[in-house]
Amino acid sequence: MSAGVPWDAARAQEIISAHLGLEGPALPILHAVKKEFGYVPEAAVPLIADALNVSRAEMHGVVTFYHEFNREPHGRHVLKICRAEACQSLGAEKLARDFLAQLKIEWGQTTPDGALTVEPIYCLGLCAHSPSALYDDEPMGWVDAERLNEIAAEAQNK
Amino acid sequence: MTKVYVPLDFAAQAMGAERVVAAIEKEAALRGVNVQIVRNGSRGLLWLEPLVEVETTEGRVGYGNVKPSDVPALFDAGFLFGGAHSSSIGKVEEHPYWKRQKRITFKRCGVIDALSLDEYIAHGGFRGLARAFAIGPEKTIEEIATSGLRGRGGAGFPVGIKWKTVHDCKADRKYVVVNADEGDSGTFADRMIMEGDPFSLIEGMIICGHAIGADKGYVYLRVEYPQTAKVLGKAVELARAAGWLGPKVNGSNDFAFDVEVRIAAGAYVCGEETSLLESLEGKRGIVRAKPPFPAFEGLFGKPTVVNNVLSIATAPMILEDGGAAYASYGMDRSRGTIPLQIAGNVKFGGLFEAPFGLKLSEIVNDIGGGTLSGRPVKAVQVGGPLGAYVPVSLFDTPFDYEAYTKVDSLIGHGGLVVFDDTVDMSWMARFGMEFCAVESCGKCTPCRIGSTRGVETIDKIRAGENVASNIDLLKDLCNTMKFGSLCALGGFAPYPVESALRHFPEDFQKPALEAAAE
Repeated sequence: MSAGVPWDAARAQEIISAHLGLEGPALPILHAVKKEFGYVPEAAVPLIADALNVSRAEMHGVVTFYHEFNREPHGRHVLKICRAEACQSLGAEKLARDFLAQLKIEWGQTTPDGALTVEPIYCLGLCAHSPSALYDDEPMGWVDAERLNEIAAEAQNK
Repeated sequence: MTKVYVPLDFAAQAMGAERVVAAIEKEAALRGVNVQIVRNGSRGLLWLEPLVEVETTEGRVGYGNVKPSDVPALFDAGFLFGGAHSSSIGKVEEHPYWKRQKRITFKRCGVIDALSLDEYIAHGGFRGLARAFAIGPEKTIEEIATSGLRGRGGAGFPVGIKWKTVHDCKADRKYVVVNADEGDSGTFADRMIMEGDPFSLIEGMIICGHAIGADKGYVYLRVEYPQTAKVLGKAVELARAAGWLGPKVNGSNDFAFDVEVRIAAGAYVCGEETSLLESLEGKRGIVRAKPPFPAFEGLFGKPTVVNNVLSIATAPMILEDGGAAYASYGMDRSRGTIPLQIAGNVKFGGLFEAPFGLKLSEIVNDIGGGTLSGRPVKAVQVGGPLGAYVPVSLFDTPFDYEAYTKVDSLIGHGGLVVFDDTVDMSWMARFGMEFCAVESCGKCTPCRIGSTRGVETIDKIRAGENVASNIDLLKDLCNTMKFGSLCALGGFAPYPVESALRHFPEDFQKPALEAAAE
């Protein structure tokens, strides 16, 4: 499950404070914020910037640089389909395109019922089992259309 | 109690290893049989995952592609005593794929319980460290230099020289940084060793820290590897609890060293060492201009060794057996072994560690068994998304840093992605440019703008628009990117494009050919 708890500034402050002993704590803080809330809310940025004594603009720059830090909540489940070369060598590109068309969404979007977000990923290191994907925390190799349909159905029901 | 091995490797998990573990536990309980399930790493015979092994008096017997539904039948067949079953592959260490290898870096991977310090030590663990402590930093660095080990991340820079440079710097702090941002498609060796033999990386980091005078090491690990983060994180905890990390490392006089695993955030460019350092410092992963090199001004401006996972994880073996022993393998200036990662459209995908010098014809056809689709091989992309597409006509080039440079290719991290004859190389060239555009850090113009212009130009070519002049333009653009970019992302992105153009020109003439056919 990727959905987090609702935004809570005091909780965010706690998370930030817990990491201030680290050298260069920005990424660990952002990961922890994402883990708690399911995304990096806009409201977290000034809090982190203050704690690290950098400008908001600078912190905004950090958050937006990295693919991992989504700034809007995901659906209840996230499916990341690999688009890298090894997976392409066994038809991943068409597989993903067909699946997205069937769900009537684009890369990075969530189905209207909020069940499933589909994102591209560039390599899961499962290149001997192409095409591969990551469904929430579960890796999957030799994925085909049937397996993707099962996931779409499962996401809807949970 | 019978030991049953089920890999905890991410690839084994992707093929259902956790469900197989649950099924074995359930079936054993049902039958009142005592089994001890050991979580080893993967041996790298990846097409057989999950590869379940049973320890018998004759050695370890393997069962490949085990599904949870196979488990009752396996018990019926007496697999706990090595009994025959359709999934049996016999003794694992007699399997030709395993037997033909020369395993140095990966000698323990898949063999031992990945998270058992006792097994690690029983299989030679920490012997390299003991020797490093005994001979001291200067001699340690000499051994690494003698081994001829070159940076396994792709750049191939001599590891000994890097360590010596940092060792010779005077500074109040120094750092060991392990680049575990293994983002290249077709590569998974770093992931496998960190999951299958994590203590070898930790031991290598301690050796490096002691040699250069650093007391802190970071592993910058890509976020796409959640299982690696779990296993390596646990290994660090275990090592610390047992006194291998901390204020006085076991076996040392007073050497303090600790390791922290830092999770990256999905930016490919952070595999480039200077942007990796920026990211570790908590900034945008923007490439730094070099010089100054990280060896002089690295993490937080301090002298830093940045090495790939495999480079560091090989250091213990080099110290244990001596640099000369490692250097006795390989060819020319590529010494030792290279863990090849055979991937993509291939029958026997996996990890195959061998001395440098193998040819693609052997690796792909012989070891890899040809394509999974059964169609003819068209090209192999060697060295990740920034590596060239090598056509069958160059399959006799020996796997060696310099030999590949000579044919305008690179061996990179040793990843090989096989494509069959259905691949459209102009599409792959477009993808290469698109990937560069998505992942460019944006600091330098050739990479930031060039990659976007590259996509547009290839789109025009694919649409049949002024093909000849657009191909000239694309070649010119590639040249600008190659020589004008700050780092390897923009500098090497032209490799796949140029190689596609050079070896598969017909794929860029499709609309014209289609028009002529009509």
